[in-house]
Amino acid sequence: MTEKPYEYLLLRHRQIPELDNLEIYRQNGGFEAFEKAVKTMQPAQVTEFVKASGLRGRGGAGFPTGLKWAFIDNNNWPHYVTANADESEPGTFKDREIMERNPYQFLEGVALCAYAIQAHHAYIYLRGEFWQIAARLDQHIAALHAAGLLGEKLFGSDYSLQIHTHLGAGAYICGEETAMLESMEGKLGQPRLRPPFPPSFGLYGKPTVVNNVETLTNVPLIIAHGPEWYRTIGTEKSPGPKIFCLSGRVVRPGNYELPLGTTFRELIYEHGGGILEGRPIKAIMAAGASSSLIIANDQALDTPMDYENVPSVGGSLGSASVIVLDDTVSIPWLINKTIHFFKHESCGKCTPCREGTYWMQHLTERVAYGHASQQDVALLYDVASQMRGKCLCALGEFSIEAVISGIDRFRPDFDQTVQAPPVT
Amino acid sequence: MLAEKYAQEIQTILAKYPTDQRRSAVMALIYLAQRDKMFVDRKDMAEIGEILGISATEVASIVGFYSLYYDQPGGRYRLQVCTDLPCALRGAEQFLQELCHRLNIQPGGTTSDGLITVEPVMCLAACDKAPMFQVQSGAGLEYFENQTVESALSLVNQLRADAARRRGRNDND
Ligand SMILES: Cc1cc2nc3c(=O)[nH]c(=O)nc-3n(C[C@H](O)[C@H](O)[C@H](O)COP(=O)(O)O)c2cc1C
Ligand code: SF4
Ligand code: FES
Repeated sequence: MTEKPYEYLLLRHRQIPELDNLEIYRQNGGFEAFEKAVKTMQPAQVTEFVKASGLRGRGGAGFPTGLKWAFIDNNNWPHYVTANADESEPGTFKDREIMERNPYQFLEGVALCAYAIQAHHAYIYLRGEFWQIAARLDQHIAALHAAGLLGEKLFGSDYSLQIHTHLGAGAYICGEETAMLESMEGKLGQPRLRPPFPPSFGLYGKPTVVNNVETLTNVPLIIAHGPEWYRTIGTEKSPGPKIFCLSGRVVRPGNYELPLGTTFRELIYEHGGGILEGRPIKAIMAAGASSSLIIANDQALDTPMDYENVPSVGGSLGSASVIVLDDTVSIPWLINKTIHFFKHESCGKCTPCREGTYWMQHLTERVAYGHASQQDVALLYDVASQMRGKCLCALGEFSIEAVISGIDRFRPDFDQTVQAPPVT
Repeated sequence: MLAEKYAQEIQTILAKYPTDQRRSAVMALIYLAQRDKMFVDRKDMAEIGEILGISATEVASIVGFYSLYYDQPGGRYRLQVCTDLPCALRGAEQFLQELCHRLNIQPGGTTSDGLITVEPVMCLAACDKAPMFQVQSGAGLEYFENQTVESALSLVNQLRADAARRRGRNDND
């Protein structure tokens, strides 16, 4: 560990009290990046900066952010920005801390993205449970208007921008970007067939950038300090800081802002204080409930958490929602939990996911709580395998990750419940 | 009628969206309709449809799709305990059982005074602060984190006292 305390870049409120006050945010350099961009940079230059920084989307897919902005169709107007604040993946709670405690950096990121693609309206789609956060954001947006940082003809230029909040109402699928757009249009939150992708056909059929809250919160840093500086943090293929959401059987669960490429071991044992009661670690889910189960051996623990390395131990980084499982956790119980989630959240639009999650739930109930046979486990594996590659959106694919990897990698847990079902 | 009762708020909501995309306001209008009684009835749906130029059936399907909307009356407060995986790994399921036991209801049930429905829900983005729950009422949603059964019960008592006070006030009207 270094002597110097870590200087927060995203969770800056942990070092600067009352950063959710616009005055304090401005005293600490807030909105200088936006002013600089509007006054001195061409929109395409802002996109170039973000491209050069190597920033990748923090919402799960890790897609290069600058590239996404560059895909915006300039022959079709108007353009929109929609910030994805749906944050509903089990194990994910980082966007909430940003919006509650460092909201202006996020809003400045929204404004920079809007300027880069010349959008005059940006929407923030928040999960309905973030009702209080939306109300606070509305106040912050009003404060920005009062300070002349949002509204008409900003900084004496011709550029105008409004930001609006839009509350969802409880549906995980609305985090999927096209379902989110449908929901914002006042329709059922069900994914669209793609292509076309949002940069050509997004909100109201217009070119739209959808980015995660944390992704956008990185942007003011890049514009203020430059892409070279940004690339000094993290790894070559995964530059920048990342908020890791640590949950499950650890001593100190919470959000940890660390450079991409930090190892699981450092996160879990150094920052998270290790496993509860000093027990042995069993498995790691690196991307929330949508994860495969990584066997937590030394090789896995020493793996850097970035987009390129986590696949080498049979997982993916996703939104970096690290759920830690110790030896008290039964894998059949766990997959029953995750399947209940996906069954509940399946939007029902396509048959493989709707039917698949339904049947898997029947089987995981049996497997977790008794009376299952080896055939039931085999059937469960079969149903899950048949869903692969056949679902309209990634939710269906997510649902089978823990099931397949659980049965493949933790077979003894299943043999045990089949032979000696727990009493319920 | 919503249109009269919340005229100002409805204008503010509609102003967020392009004039030819009024339908985008449907989610916010359903919340408005739910504010007083914690559910939306057919009349509300028809009126929302009228304001936005869509059918009542379309509004009903949206009410049905999202979990924070209700088309049936329940408790005035919905105490929703997260029992999703990360919270369950930190005792949330036992917390829910114990809380329901102390309130003499089953998970999903409503207290005998009709005031509080306690139910399990999926992840609420507070996984590091289990046990936790949210309380949804017509007025909005509030989070309660790092809870114990005792702290939850004292909140329930407080909600009951508030409701009794409000009833008293209404009786005096
Ligand atoms: C089922 C499902 C749920 C998702 N939930 C979220 C979410 O809550 N927040 C989010 O930012 N992205 C979520 N995503 C990813 C989005 O579709 C999209 O990739 C992301 O918002 C793009 O932003 P980024 O490039 O900044 O990551 C979800 C995807 C799927 C398939
Ligand atoms: S995969 Fe599931 S969630 Fe996605 S569109 Fe199909 S039914 Fe809906
Ligand atoms: S699992 Fe309970 S808040 Fe996320």
